[in-house]
Amino acid sequence: MDPNSYQQTVDEIAPKRPVLKNCLKAFVTGGIICSVGQLISYVYMYFFSFTERTASNPTVATMVFISMLLTGFGIYKKIGQFGGAGSAVPVTGFGNAVISAAIEHKSEGFILGVGVNMFKLAGPVIVYGTFSAFVVTLIKTILVKMGVISW
Amino acid sequence: MIFSVITAFIVGGLICVVGQLLFDVAKLTPAHTLSLLVVIGSVLDGFGLYEPFIDFAGAGATIPITSFGNSLTHGAMQEAEKHGFIGVLTGMFEVTSSGISAAIIFGVVAALIFRSKGKVS
Amino acid sequence: MVKNSRTYQFPSKPSIVSTAVAVGPLEKESPFHPHFDHVYEDERLGQETNEKGHSQLIEDTCNLAIMKGGFQLPDIDLFLGGDLVNQMTPTNFAARQLATPYMGMFSACATSISSLITASFFLETKQMDRILFGAASQHNAVERQFRYPIEYGTQKPPTGQWTVTGAGYGVLSHNQVGKPFVQSATIGQVVDCECTDPLDMGSAMAPAAFDTIQRHLAQNKGTSYDFVMTGDLGKTGSAILQELIKTSGVSSYLVDQYRDAGAEFYGNNDKFLSGASGAGCSATVYLGPIYAELLAKQYKKILLVATGALLSPLSFQQGESIPCIAHAVELSME
Repeated sequence: MDPNSYQQTVDEIAPKRPVLKNCLKAFVTGGIICSVGQLISYVYMYFFSFTERTASNPTVATMVFISMLLTGFGIYKKIGQFGGAGSAVPVTGFGNAVISAAIEHKSEGFILGVGVNMFKLAGPVIVYGTFSAFVVTLIKTILVKMGVISW
Repeated sequence: MIFSVITAFIVGGLICVVGQLLFDVAKLTPAHTLSLLVVIGSVLDGFGLYEPFIDFAGAGATIPITSFGNSLTHGAMQEAEKHGFIGVLTGMFEVTSSGISAAIIFGVVAALIFRSKGKVS
Repeated sequence: MVKNSRTYQFPSKPSIVSTAVAVGPLEKESPFHPHFDHVYEDERLGQETNEKGHSQLIEDTCNLAIMKGGFQLPDIDLFLGGDLVNQMTPTNFAARQLATPYMGMFSACATSISSLITASFFLETKQMDRILFGAASQHNAVERQFRYPIEYGTQKPPTGQWTVTGAGYGVLSHNQVGKPFVQSATIGQVVDCECTDPLDMGSAMAPAAFDTIQRHLAQNKGTSYDFVMTGDLGKTGSAILQELIKTSGVSSYLVDQYRDAGAEFYGNNDKFLSGASGAGCSATVYLGPIYAELLAKQYKKILLVATGALLSPLSFQQGESIPCIAHAVELSME
């Protein structure tokens, strides 16, 4: 069988991902998660005297905590099947990636299982976030030193 | 307050739609998609665009993973401004500690108390 | 066109004299569930880890198959079986408990049939009398290895399949009147149509099933089957296979007489997307409901074609395509 003509057959018959529907679901799911985040940040601003800028740190931590509960009780994977990127892109999805890996590898012990595997899904986000931050800042610092731009 | 919640909903939702298009149209894995979004966030901050974006969208800009890239760059730039090239290396995690530390702490806590179940989604 | 058929006849007509099928809690939703001997309420069978639960599932089901045939462990000359977990430790560890002569077999999800074919050849030599064969899979243990942690919130596309928690084992012995027997078999060749999507196994495996069916039919011209049943192509893969059969004109009657265990396993439940998969899928369906219906003489002659995707997480990450295999066995009832 010729692979090229076979791939055509697959394209004709295999069900397509419902992109529009998925995008709509991602929009609603992601929107709700960010709205919840916004409400939580108001709580920190009004009751714990954080400023609009500093409230984001405790808000993120709270969102990750909620993500832990949803992950542990098996709800986050259901949200994930519905919401797709809507639940993967917010910081709760980052939390879910770390926490689900931690729960999964408990059976190999806390050092070799949980410790080693915790970042097996979320690792690339930290690695390339950090590396790109380094490159971006380095370029900017060089440009500033050369007097091309200013901070 | 209502207005900013709605703004957060729309902006956060739209960033997630970008992620969904990377999943479904570009056929990227979640790991590739999220890495790309973080890099985008960090580059945007390099151009000084992410902070105004946060002022406008609030949690709509701080909750998506793009803000993680932004805070890494932001921390590094703050230190670089003060200490030059040394600051590029040392400032990275100045601003962004909460997401990672929360994930690690709650990850270990979750491993202590939960077990996974193969229920259908 | 068919250069080398690799189809074999078994003149001694070895019979499947007993079978046992056990599944996990979710498989209660299967329309086949009345034919499962045992449904476990706990997917880990009370064990600490998924892998231990997987092993226990295999051990319990093997013991049940032996008991249902009226045999005892020393009556079993050989245990042939496999699963999908790294180095097949669940089956290896179950074999440690069973303490029978043992050979592990890996044909991914086609192991139910590859073990039956191998058992048939061994019986044909008349050096053995009873061989335990079959395969199993446990959802959590397989998913965590091939895909993501169980609790990770990822979105599966409509072509995605659900790994069955289930085990199907049988005892193959010399011909016995009133029991279904193995008439012939075709050993599959590895077919790779350059599919790369690990969330669309059906499309990857369909060409392998087509190749094996085509070669089997070419060697058994004039034989008519009540139906041909593939293992776990799912709804997507079986639709593609039907299209391949139709356009090739190999055998027009097959279009209506064709079934797939994976597509039927969870009924029309959309939650399971394209249907069931896993080594336990074909094993439980073939040795559960299909075996029972053969025993009841509802069918006379069927062709079972189990399909397997021969990938690993590593091969996928290294950008390799997904090679696949299908093995076929013709079961008859007189």
